[in-house]
Amino acid sequence: MSKLLEIRGLRARIAGGREVLKGIDLDVSPGEVHAIMGPNGAGKSTLSSVLAGKPGYEVTEGTVRYLGHDLLTMPADERAREGVFLAFQYPVEIPGVNNMYFLRAALNAGRRQRGQAELDAQQFLKSVRERLKLLDIGDDLLRRAVNVGFSGGEKKRNEIFQMAMLEPRLAILDETDSGLDIDALRAVSDGVNRLRDPARAIVMITHYQRLLDYIVPDRVHVLADGRIVASGDKTFAAELERTGYAHLVDAA
Amino acid sequence: MSDITTANRPASNAPAPDVLDGIVQGDGYKYGFVTEVETDDAPPGLNEDTVRFISAKKGEPAWLLEWRLKAFRRWRTMAPPDWAKLDIAPIDYQAASYYSAPKAAAGPKSLDEVDPELLKTYEKLGIPLGERAALAGVAVDAVFDSVSVATTFKDKLADLGIIFCSFGEAVREHPDLVRRYLGSVVPQGDNFFAALNSAVFSDGSFVYVPPGVRCPMELSTYFRINAAKTGQFERTLLIADKGAYVSYLEGCTAPQRDENQLHAAVVELVAMEDAEIKYATVQNWYPGDENGKGGIYNFVTKRGACRGARSKISWAQVETGSAITWKYPSCLLEGEGATGAFYSVAITNNRQQADTGTKMIHIGRNTTSTVISKGISAGRGQNTYRGQVKVLSGADGARNYTQCDSLLIGKRCGAHTVPYLDVRHPGATVEHEATTSKISDDQMFYCQQRGLTAEDALSLIVNGFCKEVLNELPMEFAVEAQKLLAVSLEGSVG
Repeated sequence: MSKLLEIRGLRARIAGGREVLKGIDLDVSPGEVHAIMGPNGAGKSTLSSVLAGKPGYEVTEGTVRYLGHDLLTMPADERAREGVFLAFQYPVEIPGVNNMYFLRAALNAGRRQRGQAELDAQQFLKSVRERLKLLDIGDDLLRRAVNVGFSGGEKKRNEIFQMAMLEPRLAILDETDSGLDIDALRAVSDGVNRLRDPARAIVMITHYQRLLDYIVPDRVHVLADGRIVASGDKTFAAELERTGYAHLVDAA
Repeated sequence: MSDITTANRPASNAPAPDVLDGIVQGDGYKYGFVTEVETDDAPPGLNEDTVRFISAKKGEPAWLLEWRLKAFRRWRTMAPPDWAKLDIAPIDYQAASYYSAPKAAAGPKSLDEVDPELLKTYEKLGIPLGERAALAGVAVDAVFDSVSVATTFKDKLADLGIIFCSFGEAVREHPDLVRRYLGSVVPQGDNFFAALNSAVFSDGSFVYVPPGVRCPMELSTYFRINAAKTGQFERTLLIADKGAYVSYLEGCTAPQRDENQLHAAVVELVAMEDAEIKYATVQNWYPGDENGKGGIYNFVTKRGACRGARSKISWAQVETGSAITWKYPSCLLEGEGATGAFYSVAITNNRQQADTGTKMIHIGRNTTSTVISKGISAGRGQNTYRGQVKVLSGADGARNYTQCDSLLIGKRCGAHTVPYLDVRHPGATVEHEATTSKISDDQMFYCQQRGLTAEDALSLIVNGFCKEVLNELPMEFAVEAQKLLAVSLEGSVG
């Protein structure tokens, strides 16, 4: 099967600043879950930002192909409508904007792009109820303004709920486990597991091994100093747990 | 026979374009068309003869001419206010013409008598007339320049004893009411622009709701400036008698012009015991181009008197248009337990300047007021909130809450907040909260990462920012206002 995401020799820096990604190569196929681990400052979040098209980064070299398209030339909103989803580490608050309203606007933006009819309020509500059931979460977040006053766990849950609604082809989870207690981590992980799909790839960026106990990846990569320095299958994560990154980082 | 009927009813049968579609489609200012209608203008210049000319044209009684002349003499002694944070080129008041009326408007009895050009204009504006009005549940007293040409629903309202007509008609048909209340809230010499309006006001709307009557529909007036170089001087007087309720909507659009146009309106509201008035405005006069060329100068005096106990007056405004906005809808809280409210969204983009806010004057005991102001500045726009809360010594238990938020888009605009608190009662509770924020890059990116375009993201964030005010608008206005906010900010994100 052809690759969903092909990253070749990707180098990027913070606009006007230092180089953070120093030559990333990564292939992700549909249906796969990849975990990208590594120490602080290795470039994990920069990688997710560059893939999502966040302003403030400059790609200096390399290519990223997504479903055969040149991802880097697409504006951020177009990437999103084409099925690239970023679950934010720190979801921002948008005061006064109802969560449901926001989600419906986002969903219909994607549907328009794909030439599908927009969902009316009733169809949308039906879809919302199905996803709530799938993820086993209540509807308490939906009536509130986007992320306003949400706890850390609620914000992450809301991100996964949005992912469920928007049905991306490529989901990038940026430190989705950070700041979660064990119950919240389990709830969020269960949600992600239910969203695993043969057509969908998931790239999880994480600091901690513990997330991988809940979401078992197909591939595990270690990112250090802007490069992927080691990769392996799911058993590699357990090995890392024992040995740590240090020897890999030093080797880099 | 049916052919003739059809031909004679252009307004009621033709599907008028949806005004909202007009706002959201295409780019630039949507209402920049000019209707070719012969006008019967006053010669340019302003002196006592001009005032006499206007009064004579309108066939007014002697008392009203005297009232105008008194205002004019007062105006001549006054200077334009210079305290607002507005950079205005000097206005040559002698260069403008102070009266303009469509020639054919000698009092049409039905739509058939109305100039078809005017009807087309209404169609372009999406003003519901005839059956459309019935469906929309809205009565329209449409002011085309200076003379009212069509009034609907009057019969239905008349059954309830509600008077809703042009100001000119009110002068003829209900002179006692007009004489009793005209200038009772905004005196002739209140300020420079109110004095000017009092001298040369052209037409406007008059509403009287009798005791105990709840007006069953939203009353709407659409204003439109059309003749070049003609100042518009609307005069609106609205009285809700004891226990009455009325909701009034005012929406404005104006054709595109290169020259600045002067607009000085006066609105007076009177609420008697237990009466409630809601007055909502969407102001979308031509704002001028990106370089500040053209655009309406909008100097408005709006004031409501809560005369009776437990009376309520609420102002809601969405100000997106005009090159210059100078406007402070206010409440005089006289009756015990009276309530005043001011909800405002003001947008300045490109070179627009707005200095707007409110005055809440607490006179009676246990009076309360709420002020929610949302200022949005983009481009090189300058947006000032200027508000006064005054609590007089007799106002036991007075309470005010003011929330004043500014949102900045881009680096070249300005937001200013100028609250005046004048509290002369030790027991008063006055709260003022103010915030200034920028739309963050993170908010924009979050929305875009979910698939929204930059424009849609901005519109969403801005509408969220304004939500508390938009919630106060009648529904049809709220929808229109949301679209208008987006259009007004076009081009403000790269």
